[in-house]
Amino acid sequence: MDKSEKKITTRRDFLFTTSYTVGAVGLGAVIWPLVDQMNPDKAQKALATTEVDISQIEPGKSITVLWRGKPVFLKRRTQEEILEARSVSLDELPHPEKDEERVKSGKDEWLVMLGVCTHLGCVPLSNKGDYKGWFCPCHGSHYDLSGRIRKGPAPKNMEIPKYEFVNANTIKIG
Amino acid sequence: MKKFKLLLTIILTLSIFNNLKSAEQIDPIKVDWSFKGLLGKFDRSSLQRGYQVYNEVCASCHSMQYLSYRNLGEPGGPEFSEEEVKAIAAGFEVIDGPDAQGEMFTRPGRPSDKFVSPYPNVNAATAANGGAYPPDMSVLVKARKGGANYIYSVLVGYEDPPEGVVLDEGVYYNKYMIGNKIKMPNNLSDGLVEYADGTEATIDQMAKDVTTFLSWAAEPELETRHKTGVKVILYLILLTILVFLSMKKIWSRVNPEI
Amino acid sequence: MSEHEYVPKSKAGKWFNDRLPLLSLASHLTDYPTPKNLNYWWTFGGILTFCLLTQIITGIVLAMHYVAHADLAFASVEHIMRDVNYGWLIRYIHSNGASMFFLAVYIHIFRSLFYGSYKSPREIIWIIGLMIYLLMMAAAFMGYVLPWGQMSFWGATVITNLFSAIPLVGDSITTWLWGAYSVDNPTLTRFFSLHYLIPFLILGLVVLHIWALHIPGNNNPVGIDIKKPSKDTVPFHPYITIKDAFALLLFMIIFAGFVFFAPNVLGHSDNYIQANPMVTPAHIVPEWYLLPFYAILRSVPDKLGGVILMFSAIFILFVLPWLDTSKVRSAVFRPIYRQFFWILVVDVLVLGYVGAMPAEGIYLVLARVGTIYYFLHFIVILPVVGYFEKTEPVPLSISEPVLTGSADYSMAKKDNEKI
Repeated sequence: MDKSEKKITTRRDFLFTTSYTVGAVGLGAVIWPLVDQMNPDKAQKALATTEVDISQIEPGKSITVLWRGKPVFLKRRTQEEILEARSVSLDELPHPEKDEERVKSGKDEWLVMLGVCTHLGCVPLSNKGDYKGWFCPCHGSHYDLSGRIRKGPAPKNMEIPKYEFVNANTIKIG
Repeated sequence: MKKFKLLLTIILTLSIFNNLKSAEQIDPIKVDWSFKGLLGKFDRSSLQRGYQVYNEVCASCHSMQYLSYRNLGEPGGPEFSEEEVKAIAAGFEVIDGPDAQGEMFTRPGRPSDKFVSPYPNVNAATAANGGAYPPDMSVLVKARKGGANYIYSVLVGYEDPPEGVVLDEGVYYNKYMIGNKIKMPNNLSDGLVEYADGTEATIDQMAKDVTTFLSWAAEPELETRHKTGVKVILYLILLTILVFLSMKKIWSRVNPEI
Repeated sequence: MSEHEYVPKSKAGKWFNDRLPLLSLASHLTDYPTPKNLNYWWTFGGILTFCLLTQIITGIVLAMHYVAHADLAFASVEHIMRDVNYGWLIRYIHSNGASMFFLAVYIHIFRSLFYGSYKSPREIIWIIGLMIYLLMMAAAFMGYVLPWGQMSFWGATVITNLFSAIPLVGDSITTWLWGAYSVDNPTLTRFFSLHYLIPFLILGLVVLHIWALHIPGNNNPVGIDIKKPSKDTVPFHPYITIKDAFALLLFMIIFAGFVFFAPNVLGHSDNYIQANPMVTPAHIVPEWYLLPFYAILRSVPDKLGGVILMFSAIFILFVLPWLDTSKVRSAVFRPIYRQFFWILVVDVLVLGYVGAMPAEGIYLVLARVGTIYYFLHFIVILPVVGYFEKTEPVPLSISEPVLTGSADYSMAKKDNEKI
C-alpha cells in the first residue's frame, strides 16, 4: 500500500518535471529568434568591404571614408612624421605598440585606422592636440602620429581595421 | 441533429476557401513540384538552370529588384559557389556614387548589390514595352493566384487565338492568362539557351526551371521554413501529450472522468 | 477583491504586500474559484490572451525593421522577409496570428451567445468584450494597410470611403482621415501610429474584462449561479491553467501549421503587388474575418444605408443583454433558442461566404436574406423566444441533479459534450 502510493507520487512528479522542462526548452527556443532579429541582418553583413582610391592623396594629407557606418582615416605620412612616430619609447605609451606594427611593411607612409576614439566613440580631429596627431574634442584624448593614445581618458590606441593594398592606388578595407 | 449542423457549418466554411478562386478561366496545369509538400525542397540544378533562363531571356524586360547577387549563393537557393556568385555579380555594370567629385560612375557588380534592373523606373519600362509594365519578378509567384502552376501554365500556354477572337497589335493569345490576352510574346523556343549541365533546353524544361527559380526568389526561406516547421510541430505534439497526461493526473483529484 | 485575506509568509513579502498588494493579487488569481464543469469552449479566453501577447511581441519586433513610408514600406517588408534574421518567421506569425486571433474571438463570442454569458450580471464583461472586438477590427484593418500592397491600398480606399456616406461632412471627414486627397503617405504613417497604439488599448480593456469577470465569477455550461468557493468550484491554478495550457497547445499546432506550411493561404495574392493608385484589382475582398460585415454592407443598394446597416450589425450586440428576455442562461436548457443559435451560426457563415463572392445574382439574394435574418434574430426572435419558450428544468447546482423533471445533470452534461 505504502509502496504503491509512493510509486504514484514519483511518477506524477516525474511527469510534471518533464512537462515543465520540455516547456522551458520550447520557451528558450522561442526567445532566440526574438533576440537574433536585432543582430546585423544579411544585407548588413554583406556590406563588409569598401575600396578606396588613394592616388590623389598628397604626402602629409589624409582623407576620411565611411566603412560599416564608421569613419576610417587614411593618412599619407611624411618621412618626418614617420620618424617622429618611431622615435617614441614604448615606456611612455599607455598602450604600448610599435609604429611598425600599425602599418603594412613597405607601405610605412600609409596609416589606415578607424577614426573612432577608444574612449566613448567620438570622431577625433586631425592635426590637433599635443602630439600633432589627433585630438578628441569630446573628453580631451590626445593621439600621436601613429594614432596611439598619449594623454587623456581613452584607454587604447585607435583601432587598425583589416585592410589590404589591391594595387598601388587602391586599398580594400574589410 | 447537432452533429449534422456542425458538419454543415464545417462544410460551408471549407467551401468559402474553396470558392475564393474565380470560376471563369481554366485551372492552371498542376505540376508535381519538388518544393511542394511538408518536406518540399528546391531542385538545385533546376534553380541554377532557371537562373540562366531568367538571366538570358526574362531579365531584358523583367526586374527582380528585391534580390541581391549574394542570394544566389545562400543555402536553400541555387547555391552557386562563392566564386561563381562573384563572377555573376561582376558581369553586371552597377551605377554607384556620387564619387568625391560628385559624379555617378559605373563599376562591376559585387555580391552585395541588388539585381540590376533593365529599366531605370516603371515609366521607362512601361514605355519600352508598348504600355504594359513587365512586372517585377521578385515575388511574382506569391502575387499570382495559382502560384507556380499559374506561372508555368502561362509560359507554355501560348496558342493561336480561337476563331472570332481578334487581337490587337502586340497582344498575344494565352490559354491560361487571366482574360486570355497577354502583351508578352512567347519568348521560349526549343534550344533557346544552352544549359551548362547538358540538359536539353525544351520549352517545357525551361518553363519548369525558370518557374522553380521564381518560386525560390519569392520564398527564399521555404526550405528553412519547412524544416523548422516539422521540428516545431513535433515538439508541440510531444508537449501536448505531456500536458494532457499532467492534466489527467491533476483533474483526477476532483473529477476522474475528465 | 479577494474572498479571503492573504498574508505573505515571509517578512519581506509582507512588507512589500502592505505597500503594493501584488502578492494578494497573485494569490487571488491562483486561488480564484472556477466552476469545475467548464468545457473546452471556455479555454478560448486564455488562448486569446496568448494571441494578443503574440501579436504585441511580434509587432514590436516588426516595427524595428518596418519603414512607414509609401515609397519604402513594400520594400521594407521584403527586407524583413529576406534579410532580417528570422524576419520571415516573425512576420508570418504576425500576419497569420491576426487570423488566429479572430478565429479564437469568434469562437469566444459564440460560446457566450450559446451559454448566455452576456446576461445579468455579466453585461459589462460583454460590453467590454465588444469594445475589444471593435478595436481588434480597427487594428487588423490598419495593420493590413501597412505592407502597402494592392489590397492594402484598395482596402484602405474602400473602408475610408465608407465615411464619405455621412451626410454634409462625409467628404471632409474622409479627407481628414487620409491627410491627403486620396489614400497616400500621410494615411500610411498615421495608420502605422494607430496600429501600434491600439493593441495596448486592447490590453487595458482585457484587464478590465478580466476584472469585471472576477466580480460575479465565470458563467458555466449549466448557466446557473454557483456558490464560490464550494464543491462546485476548483481553484484556477492548477486545474484551469493546465486545461487552458492543453487547449492552447492544440491551438498552437494549428497555428504552426499555417505559419510553416501555408503562410499565405489566408492572405490575398494581390497584396504581393506594390500599391498602385492607378489600377484597382479585379476582385477586392477584405480579410476573411470581416467578410460577413462586408456582405451586409453590399446587400443594401444605398451607400449610406449600407454603411448604417453594417455598423448596426455590430452595435446591436451592445444591447443584446437587454434584447434577450429569457431567465435561463444556458442554451442547454432552452430547446427553441438552441435551434435558432445554430441557424444564426449558419447565417453568419453564409454571410461570410457571399462576402467573398461578387455582389451579383444568387449571391446578392443570399446576402440580403442573410442580412435580414441576422437582424431578425436579435430584434425579433431573441425577445419573443424568451417569453414563449418552455425551458427545461435547471439543476440547483453543478454536482446535484435537478429535483424534478426529466432532464438531469448527466443529460445536460451529455449535451455539452456534443456541442
